[in-house]
Amino acid sequence: MDRKKQQEAYENYVKKKTPVHNLPVNMAKAFITGGIICAAGQSILNYCEKMGLNKDISGGWTSMILILASVILTALNIYPRIAKWGGAGALVPITGFANSVAAPAIEFQKEGQVMGIGCKIFTIAGPVILYGVFTSWVLGFLYWIGKIAGIF
Amino acid sequence: MTQGLQSIAFEQSPYVVSSASVVGKKEGEGPLGKMFDMVETENLFGEDTWEAAESTMQKEACVLAMGKAHIHKEDVRFLFGGDLLRQGIATSLGVEAFGIPMFGLFGACSTSGEALALASMSVAAGYGDYMLAVTSSHFGSAEKEFRFPLSYANQRPLSAQWTVTGSGAFLVGKKRSHVRITGITVGKIVDFGLKDSQNMGACMAPAAADTIERNLKDFGRVPDDYSRIITGDLGYVGQSILFDLMRGKEIDIKKNHIDCGMMIFDQNKQDTHAGGSGCGCAASVLSSYVLPKLERGEWKRVLFVPTGALMSTVSFNEGESVPGIAHGIVLEHC
Repeated sequence: MDRKKQQEAYENYVKKKTPVHNLPVNMAKAFITGGIICAAGQSILNYCEKMGLNKDISGGWTSMILILASVILTALNIYPRIAKWGGAGALVPITGFANSVAAPAIEFQKEGQVMGIGCKIFTIAGPVILYGVFTSWVLGFLYWIGKIAGIF
Repeated sequence: MTQGLQSIAFEQSPYVVSSASVVGKKEGEGPLGKMFDMVETENLFGEDTWEAAESTMQKEACVLAMGKAHIHKEDVRFLFGGDLLRQGIATSLGVEAFGIPMFGLFGACSTSGEALALASMSVAAGYGDYMLAVTSSHFGSAEKEFRFPLSYANQRPLSAQWTVTGSGAFLVGKKRSHVRITGITVGKIVDFGLKDSQNMGACMAPAAADTIERNLKDFGRVPDDYSRIITGDLGYVGQSILFDLMRGKEIDIKKNHIDCGMMIFDQNKQDTHAGGSGCGCAASVLSSYVLPKLERGEWKRVLFVPTGALMSTVSFNEGESVPGIAHGIVLEHC
């Protein structure tokens, strides 16, 4: 018990001693970066719709173009620099997700197509995919229950 | 001869016959850039993978160290080497070609101290005329193993340290030179229960404090008996914690403490946050910056304390703490 208290005391002390990123500044940068990426997405969407594509297809094109752009920027080592400045603003949009798949693919390529890229491409994105699917399953189940109960 | 609780004072102190440092591009652009024996502008060192690059770096450091002293590899009795990668593969593949009987070591970033301690003990005990101690770390291979792929976009916390791409090799032996290893203090594992692998300075500072205190007590010295007390890679966060811990022990080392991790990069220009780290950090700074000062007699006696954060990616995920270790090497001008 005593040891635990000591550990906690040290942890708190270290927390005080350790510099952290300035939160408001980081939030502002994230807002700008995320905003620019989303604005780019919106303009692609608008352009597609203007060209006469329906809403679903336009959305598909928007995602694909953003993903492609992110993968190319990752390969050119530009995307990490954007994220270094923009933080969560670059990580949260679909471009961040694309980067988290492209980066391991590049890094582990040397370990082979199967054991390298195949096994490790989803090391970062894997949990997001798993729990994303799982969460939608849970929500779907609740929705189904709710429907039977007549709530929705 | 044993000294105090954890130390050895050599009756026949072995010499650091020669040493060599090989580093990557970023280190070459740092404040110590001109002092390294070899700066490779291409971080792959002509290889295909980060791991092979690290091995090559280690091999080159060994060749340079032996070459400087005109000692053939056949004359080296044992080699003590280690790195940060799983199963110490960078060392195994790096020194394979020499065919020197070897011991593979792991002490995280404190490996240079571990290797120097064992090499000097072996020479002092008369088990051979020359021993080679070598360590390395590579930013690419370390990031890949411990953190994320290099092109993964994320923000490093300000307490994070930058793994040094570098290697240092030391030839310890009976041949006279101007630097001797007069004593060692073997560190024990010190664990304050911290679990933040992105704040290694804070994980290692308690171990450094413990070893420095032990060294001073074992040898009956005060900090002023050392021209410098040189820690391996505590970085900016770790140093300030070390000072606080030492103050708690009523020992003031502020005046003569320096840290390799703080010296190897320019914190403001090179964006390395809390400083450098890795086996190659302490080793390359010792070889390029510390030993020449001892050779010239600018410093008479220093305590070199490389520090290691003993974690694995598995233990970290399983919620274990990051224990620290630090070894003390007493180096003297002669």
